[in-house]
Formats: sequence, structure tokens, C-alpha cells
Amino acid sequence: MEKWENNRAWFLVLPVFIIVAFSAIIPLMTVVNYSIQDIWGPGQRVFVGAEWFEEMLANERLHDALWRQFLFSGLVLLIEIPLGILIALAMPKRGWGVSAALVTLAIPLLIPWNVIGTIWIIFTRPDIGLFGVTINSLGVAFDHTARPADAWITTMAMEVWHWTPLVVLLAYAGLRAIPEAYYQAAKIDGASAWATFRYIQLPKMRGVLTIAVLLRWMDSFLIYAEPFALTGGGPGNSTTFLSIYLVKIATGQFDLGPASAFSLIYFLIILLFSFMFYQALLNVGKGEKA
Amino acid sequence: MKIRKRTIGLCIYFFLLMIPIYWMLNMSLRSNADILNAFAIYPSDLTFKNYIKGFTDHTWYSGYINSRIYVSMNTVISLLFALPAAYAFSRYKFLGDGQMFFWLLTNRMAPPAVFLLPYFQFYSTMNMIDTHIAVALAHCLFNVPLAVWILEGFMSGIPKEIDETAFIDGYSFPRFFVTIFIPLIRAGVGVTAFFCFMFSWVELLFARTLTVTEAKPIVATMTRTISATGLDWGLMAAAGILTIVPGALVIWFVRNHLAKGFALGRV
Repeated sequence: MEKWENNRAWFLVLPVFIIVAFSAIIPLMTVVNYSIQDIWGPGQRVFVGAEWFEEMLANERLHDALWRQFLFSGLVLLIEIPLGILIALAMPKRGWGVSAALVTLAIPLLIPWNVIGTIWIIFTRPDIGLFGVTINSLGVAFDHTARPADAWITTMAMEVWHWTPLVVLLAYAGLRAIPEAYYQAAKIDGASAWATFRYIQLPKMRGVLTIAVLLRWMDSFLIYAEPFALTGGGPGNSTTFLSIYLVKIATGQFDLGPASAFSLIYFLIILLFSFMFYQALLNVGKGEKA
Repeated sequence: MKIRKRTIGLCIYFFLLMIPIYWMLNMSLRSNADILNAFAIYPSDLTFKNYIKGFTDHTWYSGYINSRIYVSMNTVISLLFALPAAYAFSRYKFLGDGQMFFWLLTNRMAPPAVFLLPYFQFYSTMNMIDTHIAVALAHCLFNVPLAVWILEGFMSGIPKEIDETAFIDGYSFPRFFVTIFIPLIRAGVGVTAFFCFMFSWVELLFARTLTVTEAKPIVATMTRTISATGLDWGLMAAAGILTIVPGALVIWFVRNHLAKGFALGRV
């Protein structure tokens, strides 16, 4: 669709700009301000330049948390996106089943995040939780409070359980928007199910999948409440993701300077990767845009 | 044959999806001692004590009401601000539109933990700590960009000729927007409202930091149960079940639009 060229459109965008700037730019400036000063108390501060940044970039525990975070978010995307597409393909297309399936899918999304963590604690407890008891009765020793690998599996299972429905909802919405004529054409050409998927459904879902990948990437990278409630970052530091570590520094140790420097580094990493995904997904399949 | 395999797979998925929810329901119907005492697939002696406490104890039901107040405020604010902006993005080409659009999205990427302290200081200075509007405004940080994003997709699905015809017929912009355009995209408004509602409803960090008692949300009340008495599992589970209800109602109303949803236009 050709767009009208008119810079007065800015007047329509201005309210959003103001309200988002109000809640984003001002706090962000405060964080920048903290990150280059050493603050002991009201009115007592020294300019330290890039010292906090250097300290944080050299911090071993931050490196560990960062790799853990990459691994976690990478796995989340690898599992949830294909799984979400598969389930969306299998969803009923008409009738009462659609409403029932959609409402069921949305339920995990509507539970407050810390409750999710708590529910999963009791769900996976080896003595009284359904998951824990089932796994143990199969002869596999399982205890997410003691063994890092189990804690990881539990956190991943929780994350996949919690967020795959969002991918399904988006992918399903994308599928529903494909006109019936495309399928008829594919049928006439004798296209296989795979070809239909590869050349019709997947390209048509590109838009919603962009949203899905970006949302899942950002949110899994920012994940805090669920693993915090589930494992508290443990055992040891095995599930201490970036934001858990950040909150630990900021509110536990009250090191405002380093915490702010950390925040900015964190923000830049997410920004960089989101921008890459955004560009990649915009360009992918531009040639085959119908 | 293939269809049946799919259906079976889907049923297994939904089954797995519901198990943790079932477990929560199961716990909410048992007393705390019973929960910790033994493993049971289903509650043997049913008790509604947890739910009764949730409805009669002031800290619990007021938390529930507080959450609803700020979530509604946030949804309304997000929609009011996002509607005109989304229209501008979908219809006009203007200086810096692409950059602006991406900048809006970046606000969704900022770790909420980053903003905690500045927010606390800022709202303290404004004397707004412990008010519903403070939480509602804070949640605009991630909801307004999302609302603009989703609405823009819906609006791009509406042909521009409709706007042109209306303007030729002598409609002013505000009148056209309110009486013709918004009814056309009401599905999109519903879906957007659902997403704003959802993200504001489940958010914990901001809501907990910016409230003390007067506007304390249900999610924060729940964290308190963890710290105070070990953990009151039954009550927690009952509250969890109750927090699903409003959202389930909202999605029931937008379920048909959701399917048509996002995929219209560019998204």
C-alpha cells in the first residue's frame, strides 16, 4: 500500500512519544547518570567515568550469567518456535473446537509470573509434586533443588509450557489469514503437504513469526520472576540469569553504579540482537513476497 | 489417517498444557497440612477454605481489586495513546517513521530491572508512590509500544480508499476516526486490549516496587505469603486460580477476532 507523505502525521505520534519518553528516557538518563558516578549518599558523589563499565565487563560472574542467558534464550527459540508452528498447523480450523482451543491456550499466559514459578515448585517437588513423583517413579533420580541439570530442565520445561501458547496464537492467526484460494491452487498443482507449508504457509506467516521471534527473544532474555520463584537462581548459580544477577547487585548489595553500568550493557545486548533479528526477518523472503 | 495423527498430537499437547493448571486446582482444594503431608492425585477431603479466605481477607480481595483497577487504567491509556499513533504509522510516510517505530519497540526490550530504581525515585518525588495511576503509567513502558505495533497491523489491513471516500464526503479527521475507522478495526482493538491486559496483569516487578499498601496488587500479596509463613500453598494456589478468571473472560470475548487477528496487513 502506498503511503501518503505528510510530516504532520507527527502530531498523531506525539502523544505516544511523550508518554513513552516520560517512562523510558527520563529513567534511562538516571541510569546513565548513576553508571558514571560513585554515590555514597544524598549529595555525595564522585564522577568515575567508565570505571563501573570496566569493572562489570571484567566480572566473571557476569560472563557466566551472560552465556547462561544466551544458551537459555537460544534453546527457548529453538524449541518454542517450531513447536508453536506445529501445534498451530494441527489446530482445528472451524467449529466449537477453535474457541475452546484458543481459550485453553491462553490460560498459561494469564497466570502472574511469580505464581507460575511457585506452581512449578510444587508441581516438580520430588516428594509431593506430580511431575517429580512421576519422574522418580520411572526410576530417574530427579531433584531440581539439588542438581543443576535438573534445575535447568525444570526451568526450560516451565518456560516452554508457559510461552509456547503465545507462539501458537500468533502462528495460528497468521495461518488463518491465508486466503482459501492459495490452498486450492496448491491442490490443483498437486503440491505435497511439505511444499504447501514451505511455499505458502511459511512465507505468509513471516510477519507474525517476526513478532513471535522478537517477543520470545526479548522476554526470555529479560526473564526474572519465574526462575527466581522456582529456583532462586540456584542450585549454586546454575540458573542465575542476567536479570536475577542484576537485581541481586542492585537491591541486594545496593551497588548503584555497577548495577547501572550492568543495566546499560544488558540493554545494549538485547537491542543489538533484536535489531539483527528484525532486519534479518524483514529481509528474509522479501523476494518471494506475494 | 494423517488428520487423526494430528488430532492425537494436539490432544496430548493440551493434556500436558493443562496438567500444571490441574495441579494448582488440586492444591487449591486441599488444606496446607494435607498438601505437605502426602502425595495425592486428587483431593480426598475437599475444602474451600482457601477460596473463602481469598474472598474475605482484606489484603487478598483488595489486592485483587487493586490489580484490576490499574490494569484497566493501563489498558485504556495504552489504547487511547496508541490508536492515533498506529494510524499515523499505517497511513503516512513521515520523517523518521521507521526509526521511531523501532525506537518504540526498543522500550519493550529494556530490562524492567533497569528501571526499578529510577522509577521508585521518580514517583516518590512526584508523590505518586502507592497510587494506581503510578503502576498504570509504569506499565505503559511496555504496553504502549506493543499496542502501536499490533494496531498498526490491523489498520494496514483496511484499504486507504475508505479514508479517502470519507474525507471527500466531508468528514473531519476526528469524526471519521471515531465513527468510521475505529468500528472497522474493533477486532484489532479487542486483541490489543487483551494483550495490554495480559502483560499488565502478570507483571510483578514494577507493581511491587511502586506500591505499599493502598494499591498493592494481588501478585505482590502472593509474594508476601512466601516470605511470611514459609508458604501457604493452598491459599497461593487458590489465588492463582482466581487470577486466571478475569483474563479467561477477556479472551472469551475476543476469541473470534484473535483468529483473524494479527496477520492482516503488514504486522
